[in-house]
Amino acid sequence: MLQIENITKSYHNGIIGWKKKHQVLHGVSFACEAGESLGIIGESGSGKSTLVRMILGIERPDQGQIFLHGKSVEYRSTRRGQISAVFQDYTSSINPFFTVERAIMESVHLRTNIDSNSIYVLDSLLEQVGLNASFKKRYPHELSGGEAQRVCIARAIACRPQYLILDEAISSLDVSIQVQVLQLLKELKNIYNMGYVFITHDIQAAAYICDRIIIFRQGQIEEIINTDQLSQVQSDYGRTLLATSIVL
Amino acid sequence: MNIWSNLRHDRIGMLSLVTVIAVIVIGICAPIIAPHDPLTVNMSLRYNGSTWSYWLGNDQLGRCILSRLIYGIRPSILLVLWILLISIGIGTALGFIAGYFKSKVDAWIMRICDIMLSFPGYVMTLAIVGILGVGLENIVIAFILTKWAWFARVIRTSVMQYTELDYIRFAKASGISNWHIIRRHVVPVTFADLTVIASSSIGSMILQISGFSFLGLGIQAPHAEWGMMLNEAREVMFTRPEMMLAPGIAIIIMVSAFNFLADALQVALDPRLHQSASTYTSSKKWQVRI
Ligand SMILES: Nc1ncnc2c1ncn2[C@@H]1O[C@H](COP(=O)(O)OP(=O)(O)OP(=O)(O)O)[C@@H](O)[C@H]1O
Ligand SMILES: [Mg+2]
Repeated sequence: MLQIENITKSYHNGIIGWKKKHQVLHGVSFACEAGESLGIIGESGSGKSTLVRMILGIERPDQGQIFLHGKSVEYRSTRRGQISAVFQDYTSSINPFFTVERAIMESVHLRTNIDSNSIYVLDSLLEQVGLNASFKKRYPHELSGGEAQRVCIARAIACRPQYLILDEAISSLDVSIQVQVLQLLKELKNIYNMGYVFITHDIQAAAYICDRIIIFRQGQIEEIINTDQLSQVQSDYGRTLLATSIVL
Repeated sequence: MNIWSNLRHDRIGMLSLVTVIAVIVIGICAPIIAPHDPLTVNMSLRYNGSTWSYWLGNDQLGRCILSRLIYGIRPSILLVLWILLISIGIGTALGFIAGYFKSKVDAWIMRICDIMLSFPGYVMTLAIVGILGVGLENIVIAFILTKWAWFARVIRTSVMQYTELDYIRFAKASGISNWHIIRRHVVPVTFADLTVIASSSIGSMILQISGFSFLGLGIQAPHAEWGMMLNEAREVMFTRPEMMLAPGIAIIIMVSAFNFLADALQVALDPRLHQSASTYTSSKKWQVRI
């Protein structure tokens, strides 16, 4: 289980002596069960990416703790091969000096037990995300946006993580590609039974893939709601989102 | 990614590499290769043009210019490379630590850099030589002390900009160790910036070393050094301009060779650069592999 307990975080902007404290997260707590798909929806600047950086152990919260199976994610050994991520910006998500093969294999080697021949693993991973073996020797700049994001997904699942954190993973893709990638994510979830923390602006995408949705606003959780009860959402922001999505 | 196989196809890069290596070897083997003793004065040959035994002629004291040029490789190229290596080593290490780990470490390293950089380079070097005494070793120490801060600053900025990228975030999140992240993901991309600052400082360093030799603080008078040879030729610039040619051209060749080599290395290392240049060959290779 992934437990987020009372996280606060603030940033200090400006130069020394003139610093302005800017609190981004105000005591955020929630839990994501194994195999559960949890959506986080919130407006721009509400602190979603900041929260993701904490969950991934890249930054430390000021207060509060994040546990994976009872161990703090601050330790590398807790995260190694257990948590993985897909980010929004596919242009900077793969090392420009790495081939697709090398990028994915680096993640494969994080697995606690490599069960089969690694070449076979690579081919089947590429196939699973809808690419073929000819992509192996390509460099990131030779991929389209959708292909690059598929490679990122392949790399993220290559270490067989228990949790996959997706920070606006589909936002910068073409709408038709978005649908394909969403379907892919749903299929992969069924195959590997991973837990998802799915961050998005798009309530329809969240409704498609998530079991529960967190409405996030100004660094606080406004509401947690099951996807099948989405129409009974209480918070203002949630209702606005829902209204706009119905209009669309 | 094989740097060597990419570099091999770059003609200018290979030519530069061969030049640099050849010059280094000649410098190391100077006593065997030089046709004459660079210090032997022979006033009867003063300002002689090129002859069969003195290929590049003789200088104002009748010494063999070719031999002086060959012996001059030692302070001008070997010593400069050595200084560069050490100061880049220190600068890079500290720059990586500051740029990658940020926060307090960064603040401390950068304040020290600020202090070092707030003195003009020449003044600082003079002060250090003043404290430690005249001599080549002290010039080397002074150079390293004044140069590393600049390298650290540049590397730190470049590292900082890359560690914010998502693939570094992914690596950190995956629990890959910092050492591996730096080695695999940060060093290759910052290498481009590194080669630029390294190759651009070589030229100015050759001239600075000679500047100090001219002041009598570095290499002492009878010993050969390219910058000093230029200085000596300067006195007869209008009557015998050809005296400047040998050291001048030598400096130009070496500085350009280092610059071309830096460019070639950059292209060889970065798939975004070399693939566009050789799409045809790379796509053919790719077909064969399948
Ligand atoms: N390193 C930082 N230093 C200072 N302020 C920061 C830093 N990172 C984020 N912030 C601030 O924190 C707030 C939340 O940023 P965050 O990136 O988490 O928003 P977000 O919810 O992901 O928005 P978006 O939907 O646009 O991606 C913003 O106001 C931002 O200015
Ligand atoms: Mg964000």
